[in-house]
Amino acid sequence: MKTNRERFGLALIAIALIALPFVLASVGTAWVRITNFAVLFTLLSLGLNIVVGFAGLLDLGYVAFFAVGAYVYALLASPHFGLHLPFWVILPIGATVACIAGVVLGAPTLRLRGDYLAIVTLGFGEIVRIFMNNLSSPVNLTNGPKGINRIDPFQIGPLNFSASDSFGGLVFSGPIKYYYFLLLVLLAVIIINRRLQDSRIGRAWVAIREDEIAARASGINTRNIKLLAFAMGASFGGIAGGMFAAIQGFVSPESFILNESIMILAMVVLGGMGNIWGVVAGAVLLSFVPELLRYTVEPAQKALFGKLLVDPEVLRMLIFGLALVLTMRFRPAGLWPEMRHRRELDQDRA
Amino acid sequence: MSPVLLEARNIGKRFGGVQALKDVSLTIKSGEIYGLIGPNGAGKTTLFNVFTGLYPRDSGEVIFCGTTLTLDSPHAVAAAGIARTFQNIRLFGNMTALENVMVGRHPRSYAGVFSAILRTRAERAEEAGIRRRADELLHYVGIADRAGDLARHLSYGDQRRLEIARALATDPKLLALDEPAAGMNATETAALRRLIEGLRSDGLTVLLIEHDVKLVLGLCDRVAVLDYGEKIAEDAPEAVRANPKVIEAYLGASTA
Amino acid sequence: MDTLLQQIINGLTTGSVYAVVALGYTMVYGVIQLINFAHGEVVMIGAMVAFSVITALAGSGLPPLVIVLAGVMAAIPSCMLMGYLLERAAYRPLRHAPRLAPLITAIGMSIVLQHLALLVWGRNPLAFPQIVDNHVFGIGGAAISSVQIVIILLSLTMMAGLSWFVYRTRFGIAIRATAENVDVAGLMGVNADRVIAATFVIGAGLGAVAGVMYGSYYGIAHYTMGFSLGLKAFSAAVLGGIGNIAGAMLGGILLGLVEALGTGYVGELTDLCGWPIAHGWLAGQCADGGNFVLFGSNYQDVFAFLMLILVLVLRPSGLLGERVSERA
Repeated sequence: MKTNRERFGLALIAIALIALPFVLASVGTAWVRITNFAVLFTLLSLGLNIVVGFAGLLDLGYVAFFAVGAYVYALLASPHFGLHLPFWVILPIGATVACIAGVVLGAPTLRLRGDYLAIVTLGFGEIVRIFMNNLSSPVNLTNGPKGINRIDPFQIGPLNFSASDSFGGLVFSGPIKYYYFLLLVLLAVIIINRRLQDSRIGRAWVAIREDEIAARASGINTRNIKLLAFAMGASFGGIAGGMFAAIQGFVSPESFILNESIMILAMVVLGGMGNIWGVVAGAVLLSFVPELLRYTVEPAQKALFGKLLVDPEVLRMLIFGLALVLTMRFRPAGLWPEMRHRRELDQDRA
Repeated sequence: MSPVLLEARNIGKRFGGVQALKDVSLTIKSGEIYGLIGPNGAGKTTLFNVFTGLYPRDSGEVIFCGTTLTLDSPHAVAAAGIARTFQNIRLFGNMTALENVMVGRHPRSYAGVFSAILRTRAERAEEAGIRRRADELLHYVGIADRAGDLARHLSYGDQRRLEIARALATDPKLLALDEPAAGMNATETAALRRLIEGLRSDGLTVLLIEHDVKLVLGLCDRVAVLDYGEKIAEDAPEAVRANPKVIEAYLGASTA
Repeated sequence: MDTLLQQIINGLTTGSVYAVVALGYTMVYGVIQLINFAHGEVVMIGAMVAFSVITALAGSGLPPLVIVLAGVMAAIPSCMLMGYLLERAAYRPLRHAPRLAPLITAIGMSIVLQHLALLVWGRNPLAFPQIVDNHVFGIGGAAISSVQIVIILLSLTMMAGLSWFVYRTRFGIAIRATAENVDVAGLMGVNADRVIAATFVIGAGLGAVAGVMYGSYYGIAHYTMGFSLGLKAFSAAVLGGIGNIAGAMLGGILLGLVEALGTGYVGELTDLCGWPIAHGWLAGQCADGGNFVLFGSNYQDVFAFLMLILVLVLRPSGLLGERVSERA
């Protein structure tokens, strides 16, 4: 049972999250967009956390599922094929297609040792990108490197997510509407993750991560349970991809390179593999780092040296790389480690 | 005479050029403690791994509860009712003791992803049942006070007990213990012995591999002796102790 | 022009480079079961260093061969040092950590090295200065350049040298003993730390030469070249049986051939107009010598990955390797 103090804290956080976009919008709409991408990457990190954090399977091609979701959305809601399905139809389709892709990749490879899985997923991520780049001939499926443009925004009844509306004096811009939608999805995903973690399936995932042989001897069909982790992670990636396509209004293979997979992995690892709140914190932290760099490093260098010596983009990747290395060296459980210790006993399902 | 629980017929297993097991046949009866001893490298653990599906066997068959076991996967064997522990303890180190035992309920529970996400009434009831059973088992093996501790923080003796509790959680008909007394001091061994005797009086069948001959001979109803992958004796402890073949193989030629 | 022979020559060239890079992966994996993701970046840095030196000396009037040699001689110790530092600073502290940890570190190091190279050498590719006359010889309707000949011969020499080292010298025996069983080798007086460091250093040295060869074959070196080259070389190592030195060589050459032949023929093979199904709408597409190619040569990079996945699924131990699936 939750104490009153905890309830009060939660209420405060909820109010802050609801008020956040208006505060940000007063600074600049760009910050609302940046926040939206932070939430999107938090969703991706939570999806990858199921695979890497819970089940201990290193997936280096996770962005491929994100890409699949994004392209499904782009193809079904843009002038490219002249299809304009509503988003609530497409998102489940995207999740399903990504899930199938996850199973197709996982089924033959999950019996391999962990490091082989890592490299196969890496290769898979590349294959998906190469196909997106080249499936513009003989039939123009993906429009190649140019990507797909003019993707439909979300539309709920008369509510168009690309336009501004005002209610009671408050202006709800497109990004603000997406923010609330993303926040709802994030809430749902966190609840789903927590429930899974505390379930028979979640325990089986962690058992596999801890000792696969003992897990099998305890009656866990490790192949199926691993596949389930893969499929769940992929589905979350697919949903996030669909939302990405709608928010961005444009997709191209360039958004789905290996570096994106690495970035998501860095968020999970830095935050704390297996710990939902740690992963959320890691994702938020690493999402804002590049923006902070853009606003500090760039002007600072220009002021000091008169020109840009180190591109913030490069700095960003260096930080992600170092985050992986240093976390493993000094805090292998992440900045906010998983606290299984006594958790099961004291709270939650008492 | 109690009915046969497990019957192994002509089990053979070879690793490269080494014949680890050769035509091993044995029967384990319901409710007994069956010991398996033999010198180092005699094939005890190999036989054990064959029974529990970890190694595929090359020949022979295993009949368990009247049906032929397809020993192709450890999880299927666990579901069929054979649970095991490991010689070098294998726990889920970063899970609590309670969670370790709860994992053991996996083959006896059914909730899937969707019922877990929706927290259906059936799922909550099942989960509560899993928890209750895990609590009971921790009490049974005597480490209920450590329920919330991470498995890797437990003492050696407690880890052994936890592993047994986890195995028991799968509701086995046969509990296979691989050298449970290894590395234990006299007090811990005595406590382990009481625990195993308790299991027998609760009607469980136990297969015990052990190096501690005294423990095996004192505890078991019947004992089989393996040497160089072959069964050289299967009898009551006193008879095995007197068997010249066993003395020669096991205790060494010098004492013969 | 004879396409088949030409593709075989090209495949042998890239394949021998893959083989040399694959040796670096396989030796490290053999002793500590780590996929050293950063190896590809070490190879890339070798190419970058050599190209910088060669470019700097290009106007010096020295004989071209001396300049190229100077470049290679600068690249080898740089890469060896880098391999040593990688092992020492990043991997050694994690030797007893859970298996995911060094793997994640390796990915992190790969990203760090790649972007450090970007900082040092910039975003644009370095071009190989035109100082060596690349002679092209015709054989049986195909062409082979002097660069290709040098690459193939040099690779074979290095592979032979490494084989001699690993199978015929004391230190080589120590390496193989460590690969077999670290603890037992330690009991026999083998200094495991030294052996492990040595596999990194040797692999990096070979990689440096491979980087220069690869760069001079395509005429450019770029900070991203290590990624796909590394991935392909790793695939080659797996194809041959990871941990197995002869396997890495075989796997590299095979992969080079598969890639070259695949790239050379995939367009023709997947041209639906050449299939007996060209009816109706498709027939219209094929009229007047038109074609309907499903997958063209732009899928070149897919072959290595597909091969990797196929090998892992069908024969995870590779062509010459032992079983590598999870052991009890």
